[in-house]
Amino acid sequence: MSRPNGWEVVIGLETHVQLSTVSKIFSGASTAFGAEPNRQACAVDMALPGVLPVMNEGAVDRAIAFGLAIGAHVAPRSVFARKNYFYPDLPKGYQISQFEIPVVQGGTITIQVGEGDKAYAKQVELTRAHLEEDAGKSLHEDFHGMSGIDLNRAGTPLLEIVTEPVMTSSAEAVAYARALHALVMWIGICDGNMQEGSFRCDANVSVRRPGEPLGTRREIKNLNSFRFLQQAIDYEIRWQIEQIEDGHTIQQATVLFDPDTGETRMMRSKEDAHDYRYFPDPDLPPLVIEPARIERVKASLPELPAAMQARFAADFGLSAYDAAQLTSSLETARYFEAVVAAAGPAQAKPAANWVMGEVAARLNREEKSIAASPVSSAQLAGVLARVADNTISNTIARKVFEALWNGEGESADAIIEAQGLKQVTDASAIEPIIDEVLAANPQSVAEFKAGKEKAFNALVGQVMKASRGKASPAQVNELLKKKLGA
Amino acid sequence: MSLSADDVRKMARLSRLLISDADAAATLNALNNTLALVERMAAVDTRGVEPMAHAQDVALRLRPDAVTEADAREALMANAPAAERGLFLVPKVIE
Repeated sequence: MSRPNGWEVVIGLETHVQLSTVSKIFSGASTAFGAEPNRQACAVDMALPGVLPVMNEGAVDRAIAFGLAIGAHVAPRSVFARKNYFYPDLPKGYQISQFEIPVVQGGTITIQVGEGDKAYAKQVELTRAHLEEDAGKSLHEDFHGMSGIDLNRAGTPLLEIVTEPVMTSSAEAVAYARALHALVMWIGICDGNMQEGSFRCDANVSVRRPGEPLGTRREIKNLNSFRFLQQAIDYEIRWQIEQIEDGHTIQQATVLFDPDTGETRMMRSKEDAHDYRYFPDPDLPPLVIEPARIERVKASLPELPAAMQARFAADFGLSAYDAAQLTSSLETARYFEAVVAAAGPAQAKPAANWVMGEVAARLNREEKSIAASPVSSAQLAGVLARVADNTISNTIARKVFEALWNGEGESADAIIEAQGLKQVTDASAIEPIIDEVLAANPQSVAEFKAGKEKAFNALVGQVMKASRGKASPAQVNELLKKKLGA
Repeated sequence: MSLSADDVRKMARLSRLLISDADAAATLNALNNTLALVERMAAVDTRGVEPMAHAQDVALRLRPDAVTEADAREALMANAPAAERGLFLVPKVIE
């Protein structure tokens, strides 16, 4: 728990997740991104007179999938309501949303916060998730004093996911947002594309002295990257603490984060807050979800990340941290499983290290997804097998991996053969190298004899170097010890 | 319960209605009469009665997720008072 100067931070998140349906929530217009303005806005999306909304079952099934994935109550009956406000990109004058009875109620998401020794797990309770339609887009530049309105996005299905105010630092908020992002992509209900606005967070932030009632919150709107989420919350926490310590009180407000200055600024105060005058939408009877539909969605869900983490820990003896890393996306988990399936369960730990280390680093550097990895799971399994049977050392394995990445060969075996990388385990081949190294480094030898352990490691390094990495480190150790009479 | 002239002005602003002082007074009277009726209904004991969300006892009809609407931008925007480059043009509003 983070307590800057004795203050306690309380954060709740509301996330708008764009559902990956091909058509809109209440009309048959396309949801594809990037079309010319108003080419994907039909009469319903434009709110022309006489139109009626008809619910898309793809959006309902995705909401159910989410509810099942977080162990929530999927409401057998939920109600759509009109949220009334005036803005040019909301042509009906109201947004169809859910208010009193949302489709998903409760549920939890387990998050892993921090790394290494300081890592800890936390359960984040969710309040609800409800279905609603997105608004259009306003363009304020270049129209000689007028605003341009594009309604392509109007009517795009959203699931708004709301947590309880249970997070206590920006690190926890980001860990939750990342876990949620991974989960909605895992179960295939959202493409997760944050640049295109498919996943947007609002953060409610307040501070208080421990034990006191909740402080007044300010809501930071529309954060579309994890970095901005972290920066905006950290700035907001500092700002609120300074205000209170300077004798001011916090006024409830909605604020925007400016990535250029790294600051939040007020968008509207409580006095200007919208009065949405919700009421049930007479155009839409209650959404009734039959048990058979829930069963059908359940049957279509992949194994969930939490279950897979538990299985990785139990079957392969991996740590909770490793298991969480390997299940950061369904593609990563499937890649890891394919490597282990090919190399055998005994190779699970090295496989985990490779997937989280070398593979992740290379993919990251080249901004590739693991599905597009130049080194296939079968090829990586081939590398692991040759390390396991002592054909190559770990150092050489990295060389082989590099060669596979660059397409220099079809398999680890082919590259080891073609580039002569086989580990030298013949003592008669290594001994002359050791003799040379000892003769060339009398000082290290003397230091070792005087009791300096480090000098021994330096000698091992010299031998490995002289063998161009091909000697077996374990064997070099053994032979060197014998020669030095240690 | 009865409303004040301020309540009427606030509701008019929320509904983006331009309302004269004379109309506001008449509207106040009409709304208060309506509220009097609501108050009589409020006297009915509704404990244990599930709130009604829709006048008919039917379930929402669902349609398959499929694109059924073709682009008809030119026709749909034909009566827009102002348009440019495929966008509706409206007086500038920045929140």
